[in-house]
Amino acid sequence: MKNNGKLRLPPKAALFNAALPMFIFTLAFVLGPMIYMVVLSFMQREGNWGVAANFTLRNYARIGEPVYLATFAQSVRLAFTTTILTGALGYPFGYYMARLKPVWRGRVMLLIIIPFWTSSLMRLYGWIIMFRANGVLDSMLLKLGFASGPLRLLYTYPAVVTGMVYALIPFMIYSVYASAEKLDWALVEAARNLGASRFKAFATVSFPLTMPGLFSGIVLTFIPSMGLFFIADILGGNKVVLVGNVIQEQLMKAHDWPYAAALSVMLMAMTSLFIFLYRRLTRSGDLEGLV
Amino acid sequence: MRGAKGRGRKIYIALLLTLMYVPIVLVIVYSFNQSRLSSVWSGFTLSWYRELFRDRAIFEALRNSLVLAVISSFSAAVIGTLGAVGMARLKPPPGKIGKAMEYLSILPIMIPEIILGMVMLAFFSLLGLPLGMLTLILAHTCFCIPYIYLLVKARLAGLDKSFAEAARNLGANEWRAFRDITFPLILPAVVSGILLSFAMSFDDVIISVFVTGPHTNTLPIRIYSQMKTGVTPKTNALCTLVFAATVLLCILSTVAARIRVKTPKKEQSK
Repeated sequence: MKNNGKLRLPPKAALFNAALPMFIFTLAFVLGPMIYMVVLSFMQREGNWGVAANFTLRNYARIGEPVYLATFAQSVRLAFTTTILTGALGYPFGYYMARLKPVWRGRVMLLIIIPFWTSSLMRLYGWIIMFRANGVLDSMLLKLGFASGPLRLLYTYPAVVTGMVYALIPFMIYSVYASAEKLDWALVEAARNLGASRFKAFATVSFPLTMPGLFSGIVLTFIPSMGLFFIADILGGNKVVLVGNVIQEQLMKAHDWPYAAALSVMLMAMTSLFIFLYRRLTRSGDLEGLV
Repeated sequence: MRGAKGRGRKIYIALLLTLMYVPIVLVIVYSFNQSRLSSVWSGFTLSWYRELFRDRAIFEALRNSLVLAVISSFSAAVIGTLGAVGMARLKPPPGKIGKAMEYLSILPIMIPEIILGMVMLAFFSLLGLPLGMLTLILAHTCFCIPYIYLLVKARLAGLDKSFAEAARNLGANEWRAFRDITFPLILPAVVSGILLSFAMSFDDVIISVFVTGPHTNTLPIRIYSQMKTGVTPKTNALCTLVFAATVLLCILSTVAARIRVKTPKKEQSK
């Protein structure tokens, strides 16, 4: 970032900056409420709806109960599985895409944008049609002779993983593409000319240079995957219960807000830790291809 | 790069793209399926569309979603654009404060949506705001602002600042320099930010589920509850129509992108 050429403002005008509404908005509706959430997580539930302003650690102790610990473990496992699969499938796509001719790049980009902009519920709905008993997949496998009866894939863990990977893969593709597009291919060619094998050239030149894209793709996949409760809900039935589902249930059905707050604080702590590690590993603050 | 290896790459891309479209195609195909229950094809029909158009609740949800997406993407555009311009002018001080300001600007997209929904629900009820359209608009505006901010910021970073400076040297005041020079130059970013925000607001399930009241349905919330209670081909029909609108919007925005390359200052959206 170059700073020369920018206009200098008198300090007084800087105070009444145009960015003020944005900061006020974020402070009022995000940061403030987040602080409130932390406070809420130390309060006591009262009656069926209410909250009493007594300090307690009970909500956090409750997270340690085996049922809830198992939920956390399942969420983390699902998030890891999703992230790894998304990376494995999305990285080559983004990387190859950057090597296409510009015309084709534009076309492929449009083809990714359309599903990305399509209602995520509609795309999930397509998977229901695909997965349900005697659905499209079952009858296809049956016809081809790969299966003898319905697989009953809907409401299983693999169904949820499929839905998650499917929903999140565009983020990975964008991030990897954004960093592969900036890659200087002459470097790769130089490595090849100097005798490096195709694999070695990739491992020593292309991969390290596209790593920022991969890492930001991982962050963009991992964080939402902890909270996408509606995918687990729709494709997993009640077999796959994530932290997100528990939070939603505690808020909307059980009306135990302090406990929901404590769960959210834990989730937030986990994702913050993840972002922190990401920053440490990549030594960068910016996310590649975030938008 | 050529030969068998290059072909392998293209096949990989084509395969993954096909897989991305399979669920969408299924929904469209089955919206014309006569049978109510099974996935077996039993003949072409338009009756689900007919039934859809008789459903008043769906039209109300559609109207709510449109109102919500328009208001929140435009409010976010104003606040986010001002934010990006203001931050560029403010030149956030280097070090901790500057970083904190940067972080605060994009905070809503750095935290998981579910937490954003939860904190907003808790906060709105603390304030005593009745849940409904107002809280939906506030929440959606909030999560759209960072996208506009980032897009405009990126565009500003690529701009030649000497234009605006020249205008100011020629005697234009701050506002005129912004209106006549900077704004037309960042307009493409603002327009794509609005389109992106619109799409995200229109599609949002997680935050909406939390901050909506019992009497305000948006289209995604309605579809979500339908999917949970029972699968009917009417939902397929609805999704197909929404998809058609999405594709149209995508094409329009691509066309808009082409137009603005040639003539930077012409009306692009709509």
